[in-house]
Amino acid sequence: MMMKTEAEHAELAQDFNKDEERVNWHDETLWWLRQKRDRIAHQIPEWEQLRETASTIKGNVLSNLSAYLTQFEEKAIANGVTVHWAADGAEHNNIVLEILKSHGVTRMVKSKSMLTEECHLNEFLEQQGLEVIDSDLGERIVQLAKEAPSHIVLPCIHKKKEEIGELFHQYLGTPEGNADPQFLTETARQHLREVFLTRKAALTGVNFAIAETGEFVVCTNEGNADMGAHLADVHIASMGIEKIIPERKHLGVFLRLLTRSATGQPITTYSSHFMKPNPGKEMHIVIVDNGRSVQLGRADFRNSLKCIRCGACMNTCPVYRRSGGHSYHTAIAGPIGSILAPNLDMKEYADLPFASTLCGSCSNVCPVKIDIHTQLYKWRQMIVQNGYTTTTKKTGMKIMNTVLSSPGAYRLGGKAGRAVLKYAPFMVNNKLNPWYKQRDMPNPPKESFGEWYSKNKGEGKDKA
Amino acid sequence: MSSRENILNVVKASQPDYAPLPHMDYPANKNTGEVNLQEKFAASLTAIGGKAEIVSTMQDARDYIQKLDKGKRSVTTVPMLNDLLEPISSGLTPAQSLQDVDYAVIEAGIAVAENGAVWVTEEGLGIRVLPFICQHLIAIIRVENIVPDMHQAYEMIGGRQYGFATFIAGPSKTADIEQSLVLGAHGPRSMTVLIIMA
Repeated sequence: MMMKTEAEHAELAQDFNKDEERVNWHDETLWWLRQKRDRIAHQIPEWEQLRETASTIKGNVLSNLSAYLTQFEEKAIANGVTVHWAADGAEHNNIVLEILKSHGVTRMVKSKSMLTEECHLNEFLEQQGLEVIDSDLGERIVQLAKEAPSHIVLPCIHKKKEEIGELFHQYLGTPEGNADPQFLTETARQHLREVFLTRKAALTGVNFAIAETGEFVVCTNEGNADMGAHLADVHIASMGIEKIIPERKHLGVFLRLLTRSATGQPITTYSSHFMKPNPGKEMHIVIVDNGRSVQLGRADFRNSLKCIRCGACMNTCPVYRRSGGHSYHTAIAGPIGSILAPNLDMKEYADLPFASTLCGSCSNVCPVKIDIHTQLYKWRQMIVQNGYTTTTKKTGMKIMNTVLSSPGAYRLGGKAGRAVLKYAPFMVNNKLNPWYKQRDMPNPPKESFGEWYSKNKGEGKDKA
Repeated sequence: MSSRENILNVVKASQPDYAPLPHMDYPANKNTGEVNLQEKFAASLTAIGGKAEIVSTMQDARDYIQKLDKGKRSVTTVPMLNDLLEPISSGLTPAQSLQDVDYAVIEAGIAVAENGAVWVTEEGLGIRVLPFICQHLIAIIRVENIVPDMHQAYEMIGGRQYGFATFIAGPSKTADIEQSLVLGAHGPRSMTVLIIMA
């Protein structure tokens, strides 16, 4: 379920910022996860070596991807799996529909797959009259709320438990006003168990696909991917072309990094290796491009394809933490989403690379060492060169350019600014100034550094 | 041209010059030389909501299981426990029929000290869904099969073939509602690992 919207990140963030208490909670909770990540990473002396190894393995994957994809396909077919290829989201969705139709299936259970969010699979299947139930608790919650996930690892981190209690009361018949997480989780367990036991088809995502063996690995804490896949007759696994890793032993590196980076856990509860279909059952893999091969050709941005979807860059990002996932209006939010989305549609996502302070915290925590903030900066230049910036930004930049290139205008501007803050703060402390929203304006200094320096430049010498 | 050929062609044209794989240098016991592995494993498992019991022999493990209040239906895929619990083997039992299992006892091939995970393959599970659908899971591991970290685990797995295999680390859990940890999401509500010393 995607939000089709013309609004930009700043506007959507403004919506999220209406509830200050919620924003503070969101901010602190994600920062707490970042701290958990730090604590567990620091327990591993070879952590930096692991990041380097993971990044180098992924670098090898990108440089040899066509061969690895062919090898993976060959092994998977030999294992008895049916392999499909999809150029884009529409082809992916049609392949899934055809598989379901051929089995007369009208109801499917699905575990977490950001790729299917990217392809808008649920909407497509529902339009075709099929039912899809998301089985990850967070995804089920946002599905009931008719919203998109706001975080790739924590889909409903933007929701308060009272809102979830209300949704469960409305859709699952829980008593009104009950917002106890334990009780609500137990309700979802009972509700979804019935779904797992009765659905003939299950779709899962893929965390890693191993070229050497043709197997794929799916990681969950809840066990929902396994419950769906093992109880169904047909298991469909959707993966982007970049999910390939060369050898099984490389999983040792990635599984050590993934969950420590994501939530500060040593490993997910389940790291399931699917190699062959159960006797009498079917397993399908859909390999999806949807713009990834184009990104692979962009030298400045191809490293974004190393991403293993841990979400660490979101948890640490000062902008994400205070603007919420929905403000990014794309399936994958946060810093990584902001370098992936412009590749899909530079015009529609022109705002995202600007939704950053370029502080570099994202690059520092990335387990596969993607230079996220450098890519954000490079996208800004691409977007401006291609003429996709907004008028306000263009006008602002033009004024900035004039002021910064003329010393007279610069001095005058500084004086005026200080005077306004001192004598007429209401002129900037108002809604017309976008910087003032959610911020307090600083107390102005009495004079500029330039003024102070010309007054004091003689004194230093005398005292020396 | 089919999407397959198209994708592979564009990928081939777009991919950068070949970059070699790194040397994987993660020697065994690098950081765990001093620590005894069963205690480290037990600590890791406890920290993620599981429980470890160190017992001397298989007979002690049998005694432990015998004393448990096992609920209505308890099953096993460990031949040595067939007289204590309902034996489960592949092919005979439809997956859905395991929905009322309270306890399942399985044997794991590898345990990983750094994260509390155990490795089980389809052979040891009988039916793939077993360790997920039961209310409580007990895994038996022999102490010599505990390895320090994931690198050693994959070294032991090597190139072995299986239809399905999984690392299981503790009970099923979720923190999707306001980050409050709840054990027993869709899978087992508890997980106990019995470590057999001899």
